[in-house]
Amino acid sequence: MGAAEHLVIAPVVLPLVAGALLLLVDERHHAAKAALSLGAALALLAVAALLVARAGAPETHVYPLGSWPAPFGIVLVADRLSALLVLLAAVLAVAALCFSLARWHRVGLHFHSLVQFLLAGLNGAFLTGDIFNLFVFFELLLASSYGLALYGGGAQRTRESLHYIVVNLAASLLFLIGVALIYGVAGTLNMADLVVRLAGSAPADRVLAEVGIGVLAVAFFVKAGAWPLGFWLAPTYAAASAPAAALFTILTKVGVYAVLRLWLLVFGGASGAQLLAFAGMATLAFGTLGMLSSQSLRALAGYALLVSSGTLLAAIGLGGAAATAAGLYYLVVSTLGVAAFFLLIELVERAREAGADVLAVTAEAFGVDRQEAEPEEEVGLLIPAAMAFLSLAFLACGLLIAGLPPLPGFLGKFALMSALLAEETSAAIAWTFTGLLLLSGLAATIAFARAGVRVFWGAPRIAPAVRLVEMAPVAALLVLCALLCVLANPAMAYLQDAAAALHAPTSYMEEVLRR
Amino acid sequence: MELVIALGIGVLGGSGVWLLLRPRTFQVALGLSLLSYAVNLFIFVMGWVRGGRAPFVAQGAPVDPAAFADPLPQALVLTAIVITFATTALLLVVLLAARGLTGTDHVDGVEDEE
Repeated sequence: MGAAEHLVIAPVVLPLVAGALLLLVDERHHAAKAALSLGAALALLAVAALLVARAGAPETHVYPLGSWPAPFGIVLVADRLSALLVLLAAVLAVAALCFSLARWHRVGLHFHSLVQFLLAGLNGAFLTGDIFNLFVFFELLLASSYGLALYGGGAQRTRESLHYIVVNLAASLLFLIGVALIYGVAGTLNMADLVVRLAGSAPADRVLAEVGIGVLAVAFFVKAGAWPLGFWLAPTYAAASAPAAALFTILTKVGVYAVLRLWLLVFGGASGAQLLAFAGMATLAFGTLGMLSSQSLRALAGYALLVSSGTLLAAIGLGGAAATAAGLYYLVVSTLGVAAFFLLIELVERAREAGADVLAVTAEAFGVDRQEAEPEEEVGLLIPAAMAFLSLAFLACGLLIAGLPPLPGFLGKFALMSALLAEETSAAIAWTFTGLLLLSGLAATIAFARAGVRVFWGAPRIAPAVRLVEMAPVAALLVLCALLCVLANPAMAYLQDAAAALHAPTSYMEEVLRR
Repeated sequence: MELVIALGIGVLGGSGVWLLLRPRTFQVALGLSLLSYAVNLFIFVMGWVRGGRAPFVAQGAPVDPAAFADPLPQALVLTAIVITFATTALLLVVLLAARGLTGTDHVDGVEDEE
């Protein structure tokens, strides 16, 4: 095994080691901690870019831990989808860490370690080929996300984090029940081996295994924020600090990823498709209503995330490989867009202290948001151009999330609709979904226009104190989206290959079980 | 034996769910603990209930799998126990912080109006 093969485990080991080292550095050495953490994140970005470049030749990279062959040992599997999601996580981490340098990383303890452990859990969950290992990495990322949700303290954050922790602990127990049921029937935890064993099992046993996978799916739906299991999401994300919330945008995608991987591998996309589609559409509808009813920008961002989750789940359930490819494009774009929006919100909120009070009153009357004013530490110089930048970035985020041209949110939705409507089967559901998707775009446009008018035109303007290091990550994420639009053709080609491999997982199974 | 364990899991799980749905944070924490015991037992039982059998084999000797217990669920249970223990400890800290910050042990941070 050459050194290049070890690249597959690097996205897990690198943040884990960096996070542990960061624990040893005293909190007073802010600069050293920041440099180490950002350096590790940049290295992770490079590794992830290499993984993406190598993905597809061969189709699937398998890394047996401790060189134990597949059904007995745990394997890490890097195919196109895993590599892409690792890269997405790395991009978000670099942006969030960069943003935190202005203020957030000094507010509490161990911010950098928490981010690094979160990355280790995320990357492990994306790369693993073993169900129980998936559970362990889920717990790793959840444990760090509990810390990050609480980061910065305060009554509101603690209250919402309490809900978040309890819901996710209960979901983790469901996850365990599902894993135990599957193991009881199939006698294996390896995802590829599972497919082989289940194919050869008695019908009664298979039913039990399907129940197990159904219980697993409920756990994944909680993580993805699917209706009716996603009520915790918007308040928790709204209460979290800006860099943490930006990182959390990919947490829902872990649930979506797990559904996509396991469902296509084990069921081949056949049974349960309608259930997935209905859950997705209900989430989409709930997110749309939530966006319209949002009294604060943070709640708006949280519901935009729910819309993206719902769209993805429905797209996976409804369509074939083409719809999955379009869904993956939408996944990348919407994650980047909402993350940029979460970062932007904090900058925008600095500019509208006066308006925020009025809003807080109406929000109280409706009982929708439980926002509390937070003592803000003024940072940076007054830049007159900052307001122009903020409003342009706000416009870009709005276009991205609503899915309007010229930004790639439009391309993602358009590709999704054309893929779904081109397919013959289940036309009624496909049309309903298309209608819902268009309605959600309209709702997002209305919500963003209303919020934009209120923030940038309505309230008396205060020139916000914004530092370059805070504007740069927002700008970088948005430029990345614009690049995805310009380079849509190669990006879609990559995603179509990824989706084709997911829908015909022979290469995955062969590569994993060969060793 | 199966019946006793199944009833045990049922009672633990039922009590856990009931406590989880209660409005006090301490009840919720206890409920999650009971649920995790039920789930741990459930994982354990997935390796079948057989008494007096070792989960490991002697080196070199011919092996009859039927004479041994499945070691994997035991390893899984151990991992699950450690993880739920750690996360429950974290939950207790957050619970105490919420109690201190909001002045009530209601899960929503405000008392019900009655």
